[in-house]
Amino acid sequence: MLSIKNLHANVEGKEILKGINLEIKAGEVHAIMGPNGSGKSTLANVLTGNKSYEVTGGEVVFDGKDLLDLDTETRAREGMFLAFQYPVEIPGISNATFLKTALNELRKYKSLPELTPREFLERIKEKANILGLDETLISRYVNVGFSGGEKKRNEIFQMLMLEPKFVLLDETDSGLDIDALRIVSDGVNVYKNEKNAFLVITHYQRLLNYIHPDFVHVLYKGKIIKSGGKELALELEDKGYDWIKTEEVEIDKA
Amino acid sequence: MNEVKEISKENNSKGIKPVEETSDDMKMLDDLTSSEYKWGFVTDIESETAAKGLNEEVVRMISKKKNEPEWMTEWRLKAFRHWLKMEEPTWPNVHYPKIDFQNISYYSAPVQKPKLNSLDEVDPELLKTFEKLGIPLEEQKLLSGVAVDAVFDSVSVATTFKASLNEKGIIFCSVSDAVKDHPELVKKYLGSVVPYTDNYYAALNAAVFSDGSFVFIPKGVRCPMELSTYFRINSMDTGQFERTLIIAEEESYVSYLEGCTAPIRDNNQLHAAVVELVALDEAEIKYSTVQNWYPGNKEGKGGIYNFVTKRGACRGNHSKISWTQVETGSAITWKYPSCILQGDYSVGEFYSVAVTNNMQQADTGTKMIHLGKHTKSTVVSKGISAGRSNNSYRGLIKIGKNAEGARNYTQCDSMLMGDRCGAHTFPYIEVENESSKVEHEATTSKIGEDQIYYLNQRGIGTEDAVNLIVNGFCKEVFKELPMEFAVEAQKLLAISLEGSVG
Ligand SMILES: Nc1ncnc2c1ncn2[C@@H]1O[C@H](COP(=O)(O)OP(=O)(O)OP(=O)(O)O)[C@@H](O)[C@H]1O
Ligand SMILES: [Mg+2]
Repeated sequence: MLSIKNLHANVEGKEILKGINLEIKAGEVHAIMGPNGSGKSTLANVLTGNKSYEVTGGEVVFDGKDLLDLDTETRAREGMFLAFQYPVEIPGISNATFLKTALNELRKYKSLPELTPREFLERIKEKANILGLDETLISRYVNVGFSGGEKKRNEIFQMLMLEPKFVLLDETDSGLDIDALRIVSDGVNVYKNEKNAFLVITHYQRLLNYIHPDFVHVLYKGKIIKSGGKELALELEDKGYDWIKTEEVEIDKA
Repeated sequence: MNEVKEISKENNSKGIKPVEETSDDMKMLDDLTSSEYKWGFVTDIESETAAKGLNEEVVRMISKKKNEPEWMTEWRLKAFRHWLKMEEPTWPNVHYPKIDFQNISYYSAPVQKPKLNSLDEVDPELLKTFEKLGIPLEEQKLLSGVAVDAVFDSVSVATTFKASLNEKGIIFCSVSDAVKDHPELVKKYLGSVVPYTDNYYAALNAAVFSDGSFVFIPKGVRCPMELSTYFRINSMDTGQFERTLIIAEEESYVSYLEGCTAPIRDNNQLHAAVVELVALDEAEIKYSTVQNWYPGNKEGKGGIYNFVTKRGACRGNHSKISWTQVETGSAITWKYPSCILQGDYSVGEFYSVAVTNNMQQADTGTKMIHLGKHTKSTVVSKGISAGRSNNSYRGLIKIGKNAEGARNYTQCDSMLMGDRCGAHTFPYIEVENESSKVEHEATTSKIGEDQIYYLNQRGIGTEDAVNLIVNGFCKEVFKELPMEFAVEAQKLLAISLEGSVG
């Protein structure tokens, strides 16, 4: 579904991603771990087409299309979704209006008719229910005054509403209490199927107890320096990143 | 206590990093902004236009053209003589070449039959013009609930629903007609809120005003429909000087809407209107404006100079006047709809959205003059600047010494798009009564790239994202507008800001 080849990207003239290679197939869950500042969020931004990030090399193919050719909104309409590490606030626009606009854009792109207000409402109710989302949050302004946990939950709510093909979760677990973590993970698991795929960015193995990854990758200084199965996350939790760093130095020397 | 503050914010302040514009971005910006002004056509109609220049003869001529009684002519002449002694104001934060008042024509009217009895007698070209602007004048086509007075080049050409309003004792007609048919009311109230001595443009207007709307709501009557005046400038090199007078007697209510457009012209045109509102005991007047005069082109050529004096007097106890304005047009706007809160417990409100793009300049705000006890005022101003425009808020809150327990709340927010525009805030606060309370809050923000990106990431295109964010920003003002007007205002904002974020 998503194929990343030798991807390089700069932020403000500084190279952050230094040759990323990643193959993600439908039905798979990949996890990316790595120390602060290693480029995890940068990868998410580059994949979703944030204009502050400049791609300097490599290619990304998404469902047979050259992803890097498309602007942010087209990528979104093609089914790419990012649950933000820091969701922004948009005063004056209710969550409902925002979601309705977004949903209708996606449907228009797929030549589907707009949802009727009733259909929209039913869908909101159903999805909010899955996440135990307080319904007042839906009529409130987008993320304005939401608690950290509510913001994260709202991101997953949007995912359920918009039904994307490919989901990037950027530290969705951070700031969630134990119960919220379980609820959010349940939301993801309910949605997960053979036709979609996930790339989960996290610092904690804890999340991976709920959302089971097929692959775990370690991103370090803009490169994936190690890939493995679920057990790699456990190992990282145990030993930290130092042992891989040493290993990487070995690789560099070789 | 006398406090004068000036807060001025330019968009290159710390924390905002200029985004480099590539030539592609510039091109896109150009393409988008050139979709431009949609009301810029010219109506080909025979008009009677006075020669350029202004002197007593011209003032007399205007008065004669309108068959005015002697007292009206005299009033105009007094105003004219006073104007001659006045200086053109230079204090607003706007810049333009000096206006040559002798190079303007002060009277232009579409040639038509002397007395119109029904719409059938209105020139079909004129009806077509208003139709094209989305203002059908045929009553059966009108949205029910709105009566319209159409003013073309400062002359009222048609007023709808006159008869049904008359049944309730409501007078809705052109000022010219009011001078003839209701002289006692006009004599009593004209110039009573904005005397011709008030300021330079008010004096000029009093001398040469050609028409405008007159509204009278008798005691205890709630006006059953929105009243609306639609102003259209057509002729070239003609100054526009309308005068509107609205009187709401005790316990009455009226909601009044005003819309304006003009053709695209290369030279600047002067528009200097005066609006006076009078609210007696427990009366309420809601005055909404969507101002969309031609703003000039991207280089700042052409466009209307909009120098307007709008003032309402809350004369009665518990009376209320609200001004709601959405200002998107004009090359230069200079306008401070104000409330004089004379009656005890009277309420003044000002809700404003002012958008400037390209080379537009706006210096707008309000004056709330608290004289009565327990008077209350609310000011919500939203300024949006894009392109190389400059947008200033100027507000005076004055609490007189008898205004015990007076309250004011002012909220003044500016939003910047791009990094070549400016937003400025000039709040003046004068408090003479210590039991009063005045609050002022101001914010300046740049339209967030991160907000746009967030919306983009959910599949919403940039233009729509900007519109959503801007509408969110203006929410508190839009909700004050009557429904259809709010929709209109949102569309207008979208058009005015097209392409301002690349
Ligand atoms: N918009 C930006 N402007 C300037 N520098 C940036 C920007 N985005 C990322 N960077 C820099 O790029 C590097 C990688 O940042 P990134 O956010 O991708 O790290 P991360 O792996 O997500 O870290 P964390 O675990 O702390 O979220 C950092 O040094 C960061 O300062
Ligand atoms: Mg990050």
